[in-house]
Amino acid sequence: MEQLAQVFNIGLLQNTLRTATPVILAAMGGLLTEQAGIMNIGMDGMILMGAFVAVAFSYACASASMGVLMAVLIGILVGIFFAIFVVKLKSDEFIIGMALNTFAGGLTVYLLRSIFGVKGTFSDAGIVSLPTVHLDFLDGIPVLGPLLNDNSIFVYITWVLVFLTWLFLYRTPYGFWLRAAGEHPESLETAGISAQKMKLIASIMCGVFCGFAGAHLSLGYLTMFSEGMSNSRGFIAFACVIFGMANPPKVFLAALLFGFLQALGLRLQNVGVPADITSIIPYLATILMLVYVVVAGDRKKKNKAKKELKNIN
Amino acid sequence: MQESIVKFEHVSMQFPGVLANDDVSFDIKKGEVFALVGENGAGKSTLMNILYGINKPTGGNVYIKGKKVEKYSPSDAISQGVGMVHQHFMLVPSFTVAQNIVMSKEPKKMGIFYDLKAADKITENLVKEYGLEVDGKATVAEISVGLQQRVEILKTLYRGADVLILDEPTAVLTPQETEELFQVIRRIVKEKEMTVIIITHKLYEVMAISDRVGVMRQGRLIGVEETKNVNERILASMMVGREVLFDNIEKTGTPGDVQIKADNLYVADNRGLMAVNGVSLEVRAGEVLGIAAIEGNGQSELLEALTGMRPVARGEFFIQGEKSNGKTPGQIRELGLAHIPEDRMSTGVSLQSTITENLIIGKQKESAFSKYKTHLKQSSIARYAEELFEKFDMRGSGVETRVGDLSGGNMQKVVVAREFSFDTPTLIIAQPTRGVDIGAMEFIHKQIIAKRNEGCAILLASADLDEVFRLSDRIITLYEGKITGEFKAGEIDKMGISYYMTGDRSGGNGGQEGGAENE
Repeated sequence: MEQLAQVFNIGLLQNTLRTATPVILAAMGGLLTEQAGIMNIGMDGMILMGAFVAVAFSYACASASMGVLMAVLIGILVGIFFAIFVVKLKSDEFIIGMALNTFAGGLTVYLLRSIFGVKGTFSDAGIVSLPTVHLDFLDGIPVLGPLLNDNSIFVYITWVLVFLTWLFLYRTPYGFWLRAAGEHPESLETAGISAQKMKLIASIMCGVFCGFAGAHLSLGYLTMFSEGMSNSRGFIAFACVIFGMANPPKVFLAALLFGFLQALGLRLQNVGVPADITSIIPYLATILMLVYVVVAGDRKKKNKAKKELKNIN
Repeated sequence: MQESIVKFEHVSMQFPGVLANDDVSFDIKKGEVFALVGENGAGKSTLMNILYGINKPTGGNVYIKGKKVEKYSPSDAISQGVGMVHQHFMLVPSFTVAQNIVMSKEPKKMGIFYDLKAADKITENLVKEYGLEVDGKATVAEISVGLQQRVEILKTLYRGADVLILDEPTAVLTPQETEELFQVIRRIVKEKEMTVIIITHKLYEVMAISDRVGVMRQGRLIGVEETKNVNERILASMMVGREVLFDNIEKTGTPGDVQIKADNLYVADNRGLMAVNGVSLEVRAGEVLGIAAIEGNGQSELLEALTGMRPVARGEFFIQGEKSNGKTPGQIRELGLAHIPEDRMSTGVSLQSTITENLIIGKQKESAFSKYKTHLKQSSIARYAEELFEKFDMRGSGVETRVGDLSGGNMQKVVVAREFSFDTPTLIIAQPTRGVDIGAMEFIHKQIIAKRNEGCAILLASADLDEVFRLSDRIITLYEGKITGEFKAGEIDKMGISYYMTGDRSGGNGGQEGGAENE
């Protein structure tokens, strides 16, 4: 009982928010490319580069906002790079995505050694982390107070971005064009708007979101950079995009679910469950999520057919 | 009426390896309905794509309203008042009708937000102004093809088009829907002083709707005539370059035993919705049973089920008297069935393979072509391929040509040659001449009737009603997966059958307001 209380307490929810945030951010980017008809598995590499650049410039300029700014900038560049190959030159999305991940992994390791002269992890008091937010009026409220207070600023920005993403996709003409570019590009072209341009924009926005995700990871969630620190979050974000059918609120919930499972894993470690097992949880969940999407889709079809046959009788 | 609104001046279009338009010059006059006819590949669509700014001509000039076109792009064409309804609709299926109509010129509020209500209002007003009835709030995926076409027309009207290009507009419509479309065309030309250019290869439609007609052949403009000065026969020979005889092909023999039988068959479509709802039919040896149906009424799923490509949800079917539920396509073929599938590109041929390889598919283990079923006898295969190439009148640079490089007509001949040379007692044929030119169509029709006369049981589905009427001994109509009528050849005409195709069994008493209108 005491152990249960140790796992399921307010800290679990706090951890959920913290761990879900980078995934939510990347997933918002991923759903934009998904809606624009691009299969983007390069998000992991985009996050990693963002994380590195954020730490590097936060340290060099002694400014967290400078780190974030440069992470976004590198996100834009990587987004353009990705779009040049995938949209303009029509290369295979899968190959380019994989290449991007491998490239990001190698490049960050190389730069880590050549610039900072360290192997594995760069951690220094000179890295300025992102501020946390404290709202006094929340202090008095039980549960919500401790849950919503003292989070890294990106946790709050993320919620706003989820709303803005939805607003963009479903309440502005540009969002409609982006979705049309994915669903039926010829119809957009004949209406006089370049589908390629919309795909480029989606790709750049995805880069920006992944830059945010990386910056949050290395300056908000932790205050350091370590090799491969994206830790497959880009792939999990992709799974969330598929699970949430590229719809911002649904993808947001899927990412929260992932965050919850990861937080649960961490908590279980505290009560003696081996880390080898607990760290499987989020990845296992990802696989189950994807299996569910396929099975549910199939079952829905079969049920529909069955129901129709019943109606005939 | 005499004022020229569009002028082509020595327009040429050179694609790699193909001269699609060759020195084309003519005028289109304000307020007329101009029909552009020609066989597949004659260059009609290319020419219209130039007018709409999709292609930039490699030679010559285009003038719209007296102004020379400098920049070729759809958005420039749109701003000049040119609108185009493409053969394949340019609509986003998950968007509503209104959202599709206003796309790229959306009403906004507060500068950046999409005013969805205003879009509905705009659509309502357009519908009222032009009398093209359609529900602006419906999702495009949910509405019928005929209505989708209206959405396309409204889309161009919203953009202020006064020159409307319709690319093969009637290919997907029933005769009744076609008549409604023609009424719309007549109305907008008369009341709104619009100019309509209609691309088609159905000559009776040219006669019915157009003021003038231009005929194209192999990229060249053969002539422009006043419609009242020509007839279908003259136009056909201009299109093909020789006399075309639409004679009836002689049918001989009497029907024999039942070869294909379906008993209360239910089949689901890809989404799990029931597409075939209790169909029972019989096809006898020596007869052609034609299925007349608008696309999407279960004919595709029915044929796929009968050939083993799609599971049956309920009911039974028999090929050659043997129950065939659950059998694989290969097992069903072994019972004595050959199949010309509806989509030749995806299921009819291997695009990457040569003509020879495609002709041998399914026969590669026959002793004539292989030793011990493992080694192909290349020389006898080559001889066999040459023979079929000759017999089925394929054009092109020989049997080693990649099938993906062939024209639609020749590709279809490869499929027909392969399937017909299985010499099976039953045949299931879907869309045998879709996208095939008149010459090849004539040839394929003769082959089908020859098979019938030999005593083959043939089940035929085609979106081309002329084809169904020409080839069938009996015709059934399908509507929403149910058989709505059965007729002997000659018992009914095209107009009459269209009521059954739209689910109206009254046989036309409902007049023009029937079926299709209420989809």
